[in-house]
Amino acid sequence: MSEAKQYKYIGTRSIRPDGYDKVTGRANYGADMSLPGMIWGKILRSPHAHAKIKSIDTTKAEALAGVLAVASYADFPSVADEVVASGEGSSNLLDLANNILAKDKVLYHGHAILAIGARTAAIAEQALGLVEIEYEVLKPVLDVNDAMAADAPVLHENMFTQGLAETPTKASNIAARQEFKMGDIEVGFAEADIIVERDFYTPTVHQGYIEPHACTASYDQDGQSMVWCSTQGHFDVRTSTAKLLNLNLNRLKVIASEIGGGFGGKTTVYLEPVALILSRKSGRPVKMIMDRDDVFKASGPGSATRNWVKIGAKKDGTITAMQALLHYEAGAFKGSPVMMGCMTAFTPYAVPNMYVEGYDVVVNKPKVAAYRAPGAPQAEYAAEMVVNEIADKLGIDPIDLRLKNAAKEGTQTIYGPKLKAVGLVECLEAAKNSPHYQAALKENQGRGVAAGFWFNVGGQSSVTLNMNPDGTGTIVEGSPDIGGSRASMQLMAAEELGMPAENLKPIIGDTENVAFSAGTGGSRTTFATGMAVIEAAQDVVRQLKERSAAVWNLTADQIEYQEGETFSGDNRMTVAEICAGAERTGGQITGRGNINARGAGPSFAVHLCDVEVDRDTGKVDVLRYTAVQDAGKAIHPSYVEGQLQGGAAQGIGWALNEEYVYSADGHMENAGFLDYRIPLASDLPMIDAIIVEVPNPFHPFGVRGVGESGIIPPLAATAYAVSQAIGLPITDLPCSPPNVLKVIQDNA
Amino acid sequence: MAKIHVNTSINGEVVEFLCEPHETLLDVLRNDLQLTGTKEGCASGDCGACSVTVNDALVCSCLVLGVEADGAEIGTIEGVSNKDQLHVIQQKFLEHAALQCGICTPGLVVSTKKLLEENPNPTEEEARYYLAGNLCRCTGYDKIIRAVLDAAETMRGAA
Repeated sequence: MSEAKQYKYIGTRSIRPDGYDKVTGRANYGADMSLPGMIWGKILRSPHAHAKIKSIDTTKAEALAGVLAVASYADFPSVADEVVASGEGSSNLLDLANNILAKDKVLYHGHAILAIGARTAAIAEQALGLVEIEYEVLKPVLDVNDAMAADAPVLHENMFTQGLAETPTKASNIAARQEFKMGDIEVGFAEADIIVERDFYTPTVHQGYIEPHACTASYDQDGQSMVWCSTQGHFDVRTSTAKLLNLNLNRLKVIASEIGGGFGGKTTVYLEPVALILSRKSGRPVKMIMDRDDVFKASGPGSATRNWVKIGAKKDGTITAMQALLHYEAGAFKGSPVMMGCMTAFTPYAVPNMYVEGYDVVVNKPKVAAYRAPGAPQAEYAAEMVVNEIADKLGIDPIDLRLKNAAKEGTQTIYGPKLKAVGLVECLEAAKNSPHYQAALKENQGRGVAAGFWFNVGGQSSVTLNMNPDGTGTIVEGSPDIGGSRASMQLMAAEELGMPAENLKPIIGDTENVAFSAGTGGSRTTFATGMAVIEAAQDVVRQLKERSAAVWNLTADQIEYQEGETFSGDNRMTVAEICAGAERTGGQITGRGNINARGAGPSFAVHLCDVEVDRDTGKVDVLRYTAVQDAGKAIHPSYVEGQLQGGAAQGIGWALNEEYVYSADGHMENAGFLDYRIPLASDLPMIDAIIVEVPNPFHPFGVRGVGESGIIPPLAATAYAVSQAIGLPITDLPCSPPNVLKVIQDNA
Repeated sequence: MAKIHVNTSINGEVVEFLCEPHETLLDVLRNDLQLTGTKEGCASGDCGACSVTVNDALVCSCLVLGVEADGAEIGTIEGVSNKDQLHVIQQKFLEHAALQCGICTPGLVVSTKKLLEENPNPTEEEARYYLAGNLCRCTGYDKIIRAVLDAAETMRGAA
């Protein structure tokens, strides 16, 4: 894969096949499905952050005209204490059920308690107000430090810390402890000429997808139940929902609507099982849509963290030891991505001595969900800030310091394998050579550099490629298209078949018309589902050769295929001719690709950020931004750039403004886009995207997933730029005006 | 409560509907008239996904009551293209890959159309501030702004 290949379709900037519907409003998203006889479901949510439910009385609510069903935890047939895979993680089924409808204790402000199905949304809403619930309010814990204290109120009386030498007999809020180590940090720190250590804080943040969770469900006792929903993985929705409702998988059809953003937050279920219960009890299809308030209070968020990092280096910039202690909030139920934090924190560096310890801690906040490179941005933020500080103190350019220590092919990772071919060095060099890095800064301005590492994943993908009698084809894949992946599938199939892209139509099949496919997460879709598309296309080519051989009385191995034609000697047939004649050679042609993709290549990113700080108000303006990332091979460069730019914007929001604000009694106080401020068009400059291509040797076209790495570097690149601009260290995010002003004033 | 009879015009077509006094124009469009191209992102006027025009004013339809449509002229995303002919703005959004998930796109197209009617030659900064009420979480706005400025240039050329 070392020399660049010439491609005809791959690398072009084609118009996405689903684009017309999306610019005209015709595309159907989660809330856009209605069925005859449909009713509306609404969820009653906890007004308390931590409380026991003493009693629930729904008599008055059920008596309201137009109310057709009530659903509560008791309606789950039976829930086993088992783990189901979903998206980039896994969930314990009991926790999942308890999060969807609380059993006997509410664990966060907004925790779902029961649902009501009624003729209209307004009646359902009115009925919720008639439900009478008696609570015993408990003291909440809202921060890892408080949650880990010896006398902290305990959320789960049956939770005993896993991962210790000896499992404790006293329940606590510490779900698990993990550690990763390599070499000997004591030796490494002893070799160092300089050691820097700092504590960092990152707040609870939300994925912030613009489309709220939504579904329409129809329960059918005899035949097929159906769920239409906005999800990153409809097969995972089927698995979880079928488990919770005790259905065989073939009794539940899940249709993935178009999805209005997910960023990891749509890899689990909240509404779907509840809508099906309401449908079962009312005998009517049920639509449920979260309000934005619900989305913030009861879905998503990414972990708040308190992390400590210590790094030692020699005078020449050689890093000798790296150590971290990570504390991640899991929200109300165990399962923060702290392990991923441990594994990614220092992976951009080839350093022999590393030690990372991580704690998964429950608090009275919503259960965290995957958020774009789950766990990596928080840990790598802390690491990159300290790396920058070391570069400054040693008087070494921060890119040069990283080049001196950069992970490359053969570098031993802390989590086990050695890296295969990766493009960190190439990204660092591209950043260093960019016009941005040469530009001068003025007073009150600062520049930050940061690197980011994410593994990427492969996994199972299924594709059928149905050839039509006119020689066109339909690619049926099972990965929801969250950011233009259909365009990539189309280009890869076109390249493999040597056929115009517009002759190949990619569609997202439901759980019945394509075999199991893992969800769209882990930056896996263009990589893994792309491999399944390639395999399906190769299967079509094989059959085209067989059919041609049958017509020409030859054997398939005597047939060549190129550019949409089979040939052998003077014989020549187009795909259209073969498909038109398929009824005489054995029936129509379907190509299949069913794979479990291995060898997802990590994608490294390097970002540059320039900011200007208003010292009187603490306001930070991003002046210039460059995102460099290794795509392996960019199938559709525009959508690769889009991932780099979108990741950068999301990370800038994390660095500068976004945070959950809680009152002392655990009420989320900023559950709306006005007060939880994601970046606006007027907040950002153009974002220069530089695509580096170091091919992934395990993908036929060299593809690496690009969706996630881009959200990692912005935290440190932006925060370090702020610290450069004000000449003071920054440790806590976000760098919002009041926080930055406080740092300036505290040091005045 | 009795429903209220509303006479209005949507995308140039005469439309009448019955709605509850509390129903928003967004809910009427989506749930009663099946015009689901207008999206709900927040229902509080913060995200712009439900942008429409009422008597030529750009508004969030979640902040307008259905009854306020009486006697008014409403413009939605469904009226932006001319049958099968995409508007230049829509074409430029496609060419520039200015959408990823696409949920904000209808609102952005409606807002951009209004921007370019008011200001056919916006600077980058003017475009960014005019569209600041339309949240996009996927793109970082770079490609959206490029599409808007390119559409403006094309439309000026055609005018």
